[in-house]
Amino acid sequence: MAIESVAPLPWLVLLPLAWATLSFLLGPSRGAGIAIVGLLLQAGLVLLLAWQLTTMGTQHHAVGGWGAPLGIDLVADGLSVVMLLMTAAVALPVAIYARAWFVAKPAGAAWFWPLSGFLVAALNGLFLSADLFNIYVTLELLGLAAVGLTAATGERRAVAAAMRYLLATLLGSGAYLMGVALVYGTYGSVSLAVLGGLVESLPVVMLAAGLMVAGMLLKTALFPLHFWLPPAHGGAATPVSALLSALVIKASFYLALRLWFGVFEPLAAVSAAQVLGALGAAAVFWGSVQALLQARLKMLVAYSTVAQVGYLFLVFPLATGTPAEAAAGAWQGGVLQAVAHALAKAAMFAAAGAMILGAGSDRIDRLGGVGARLPLALFAFGLAGIVLMGLPPTGGFATKWLLLMAALETGQWWWAAVLVGGGLLAAAYVFRVLLAAFAPVPEQGRVTGVARSLEWTAFALATAGVLLGLFAAHVVTLLDVGA
Amino acid sequence: MSLGLFYALVGGGLFALGLAGLILQPRLLGKILAFNILGSGAFLVLVGLAQRGGTPDPVPQAMVLTGIVVAVAATALALALTRRLADLSGAAVLPEDDARAPANPRGPDGD
Repeated sequence: MAIESVAPLPWLVLLPLAWATLSFLLGPSRGAGIAIVGLLLQAGLVLLLAWQLTTMGTQHHAVGGWGAPLGIDLVADGLSVVMLLMTAAVALPVAIYARAWFVAKPAGAAWFWPLSGFLVAALNGLFLSADLFNIYVTLELLGLAAVGLTAATGERRAVAAAMRYLLATLLGSGAYLMGVALVYGTYGSVSLAVLGGLVESLPVVMLAAGLMVAGMLLKTALFPLHFWLPPAHGGAATPVSALLSALVIKASFYLALRLWFGVFEPLAAVSAAQVLGALGAAAVFWGSVQALLQARLKMLVAYSTVAQVGYLFLVFPLATGTPAEAAAGAWQGGVLQAVAHALAKAAMFAAAGAMILGAGSDRIDRLGGVGARLPLALFAFGLAGIVLMGLPPTGGFATKWLLLMAALETGQWWWAAVLVGGGLLAAAYVFRVLLAAFAPVPEQGRVTGVARSLEWTAFALATAGVLLGLFAAHVVTLLDVGA
Repeated sequence: MSLGLFYALVGGGLFALGLAGLILQPRLLGKILAFNILGSGAFLVLVGLAQRGGTPDPVPQAMVLTGIVVAVAATALALALTRRLADLSGAAVLPEDDARAPANPRGPDGD
């Protein structure tokens, strides 16, 4: 069989489902090995898909040969493939990290492997779905897997955070489903391709678009709808925190982007886009200030996610109703920010987990001695911090550069101020951790070593975040396929 | 007003009722019931609005069947979490202190 004829699309959904089910059947805490093999295969499939995309353009697959509207169509364009690459690039190192993590700290290990497999399957399915209803199903699968993972340690704080997260995510997808119902009732189709040519600004469609986008804002935890995120991301087991912060919130952001600049483009109003941008700016400041005030390391990292989500939403004012070139740059910057944050935040949580394990406490003021005992973990944390600050030559810099250029070209200097101010605040909370970690070991304290793979995977993720800046042009080329 | 539109309007009303309940109900069991009402509202809009001249459209019916399966799964997970939370904290409500997340200084150390 020629390599051109291999269809990676269905396998990207089936493969994680297969290893998740298999690891469930193997029993509690089992399945790390097959998960890592499965994720390696997945990475290969995504690379193959990216290659097919650059040589042959957008890829389609009709599941079971049925085709829409009876069957389900899978479609991979540039945006989908970049999201799939991001998922594979984060999930594989996190799996290697998790394998070592749960040896050191078994809390939450029992069903981590099946649930994370279902999570990855839902993510891949969502990025490949070509109709609104299939997206709804994958969104719910993603939410349920993510909530299950959050609750897995079984502690009171984690269970309460998971419950809050579940209610928020159900409300978000409920609003989305109502939007789907209104769209189907109006146009008799849920296919993104079909709807693309039909949508016009009727009141009922405006309502549908408003409900769907609002649902996604809640799921992406855009300020002031972020209330559920810090306890969930800060309270889960560390490998879970990395998956949630890096990948899960990106799925709903991806969908907001897809809807706003795709199906609902004829409705997108400049005023609404400015509101989203303003909420994003508020998120950058509120999240960063809260991160500075946290006593616990993982809560600091979780609030940093609240801040970084804010940058994602600067895309909307910069690419709505602006000249085509500036809009394209802003759009690319927004997608790159999603990827750069995914790599850096997974690295940051991984490094934070290793540091907490070594110091025996997750209080920032008890991190003394970590710098001497766990230099690689601390270096990974700092490197991830540099990506989040947006210093050259990292992926964060490429992102900020594209967004800054778009802000200046469209004369919206106030968004440029948000980008620069947010970078400085990120520097402040990252240096707070570095300073604490370089302090001498506190009295009666002792920093122990941790498994090497915990430090190395964090370092690999952070390095990927840095290298993204050097390969940003390739990512942008890939993004343009089918856009 | 056609029967389909009537169903859709009732569905919209149920959705709003569920939304209010989800936000306002203090008890978790109340929130879970409210979520189910909200979901039923969306399902009713889906099947009601899609009727053309009184003829039901099979596609949204299939979607609603899928949606019901999802809602049952979500409800089961919500109930399991509620039971666990009630066992651990003695009450089936969300604790206030975890909402404003700054760390609880009396909480256990470590991860």
